[in-house]
Amino acid sequence: MTTRALHQLLDLSASRFPDKAAIEESEGDSIRYGELARLSDRVRDRLRQMGVEPGDRVGICLRKSADAVASLFGIMKAGAAYVPVDPTAPASRNAFIFRNCAVKSIIVEAQLADGLHQEFSPVCFAPESIVLDGVGAGVPLTHSLDQLDVVSPAPSTPSAVPDPARLAYILYTSGSTGQPKGVMLSHSNAACFIDWCSSVFQPNEHDRFSSHAPFHFDLSILDIYVSIKHGATLVIVEEQLGKEPARLAAWIAEKKLTVWYSAPSILSLMAQVGRLKDYDYSSLRVVLFAGEVFPIKYLKLLKLLWPHPRYFNLYGPTETNVCTFYEVPQVIPDCQTEPVPIGKACAYCEPLVVDEAGTEILPAAEGELCIAGPSVLEGYWNLPENTAKAFLPGRDNRWYRTGDIVVELPDGNYKFLGRRDRMIKKRGYRIELGEIEAALYRHPAIKEAAAVALPDDNGVSVKAFASTRNGARLSTIELKAFCAENLPLYMVPDLFCCVESLPKTSTDKVDYQKLKAMK
Amino acid sequence: MDEPEIKAAVKTYILNEYLPGEDPAALTDTTELMTTGILDSIAVLKVVTFLESHFGITLEPHEAVVENLNTLSAIARLVMSKKA
Repeated sequence: MTTRALHQLLDLSASRFPDKAAIEESEGDSIRYGELARLSDRVRDRLRQMGVEPGDRVGICLRKSADAVASLFGIMKAGAAYVPVDPTAPASRNAFIFRNCAVKSIIVEAQLADGLHQEFSPVCFAPESIVLDGVGAGVPLTHSLDQLDVVSPAPSTPSAVPDPARLAYILYTSGSTGQPKGVMLSHSNAACFIDWCSSVFQPNEHDRFSSHAPFHFDLSILDIYVSIKHGATLVIVEEQLGKEPARLAAWIAEKKLTVWYSAPSILSLMAQVGRLKDYDYSSLRVVLFAGEVFPIKYLKLLKLLWPHPRYFNLYGPTETNVCTFYEVPQVIPDCQTEPVPIGKACAYCEPLVVDEAGTEILPAAEGELCIAGPSVLEGYWNLPENTAKAFLPGRDNRWYRTGDIVVELPDGNYKFLGRRDRMIKKRGYRIELGEIEAALYRHPAIKEAAAVALPDDNGVSVKAFASTRNGARLSTIELKAFCAENLPLYMVPDLFCCVESLPKTSTDKVDYQKLKAMK
Repeated sequence: MDEPEIKAAVKTYILNEYLPGEDPAALTDTTELMTTGILDSIAVLKVVTFLESHFGITLEPHEAVVENLNTLSAIARLVMSKKA
């Protein structure tokens, strides 16, 4: 079946499996397909009543839950694009995102609503909100809709006619200038990837998919839509549980998950401290990882402890969704010390490797990977210059420049070598070091700031350098707390170093190489 | 080993490993460790490993949670309860 609009996937599964559990939450509460579809219809109708029209944006600031899934389907059924934000990120960052793409409405938890609205008021931006008392099995969402219906009933309306070119969601990623930027993705962008997953992973209604990634992270696209398309059960990994490898390892076995998808970091940690030998993982049939390099020694360890599932390395920036993949062989040779490659292009993608001038290079030479095809983003929200720069100039096809330097191996697989810019991946999160620096510059005592990524046993750590206006030393604790107020926690630097002044190159730019070498 | 000694040992460990150069007085018994990014998820695991080896205790997965590890006071209470 070819997917045309994401919201149809839920209605199709609801008609086939109305009484099957669609979403199961960490503590065991669940919602059935029929109920989930009806709840999303009510969200659609309420949003329409609030004036949301096809082409609008609607923000979501909810913890992962059945309520959140019903909300994003309801938004798409109303013809709008959903804009999910990290409920644990600072309110100022989330408010920036919602203002930036001018959301018409917001679906938000009460405990987060005040912080958001305080940020809005100075700039006369006040989108109408559906406020939930909490989240869990769709109950708080139902309650909020009931209350709104008492005041003004929302008549039932048909869902938006599927339009593959319409925006389905906007995912904000770290921006190098200090502000996050919105990656615009249409229904057809996501649909080609979802249909490809159907053919490669052969999911069915008996599968139990993990939902480890947060909904503002593009790994969630596979979790939510592939699971729902096939009438499987999406099992939500609550945020804190998802960070605790020992507890998580036991939970995966208890929940009898069949498909796991996450960044490699949590898999590495589970291999190291999860006591995986103590539990029964016979249900697990597919392990997918993406978002950063999986250190080979921990991948080998994981495969020893979980020998039977198939393992796939999925690669691709948010802008293209997954665009290459590699199935890890049953046995990784002992002598292999390099990470596994990112593999070959998915069926819907066309790859091209170019040099700095944008010219196609010979096979086996290093260059930047560019991707064309139906999964490639529409553009960045309201940033026409960034959008133009994201593509190779002077070509008919829209070749998205990934910024990743790769080399094609003799067997046709691509190997990831590094970045051409200052973007890094840490625990699967995409971080522009420039955004961290911009946050540090907001500190009143800081004169100069720079951040570098240093390799460590679990991937990378971020070290920040700062010089102060009066030469005084700043407290690391205070700096971390300051960063945590301005950045998501995963962007807070691991280490700080106060310096008199930052080292410069001969052209008076910050000398990052020297900073990396500083002890 | 009493509670102040436990706090002092954990404090020294965290200062050396995660806050090199920090003024020890800035890390108080109530400084939030996990919710402000002083300890990320990997650092928390290393602290747990330190607690287990240094104090000869074993922490269960459900004990290695933010309520028990977010401050020096909470950590000391946890260790005391395990040693009791």
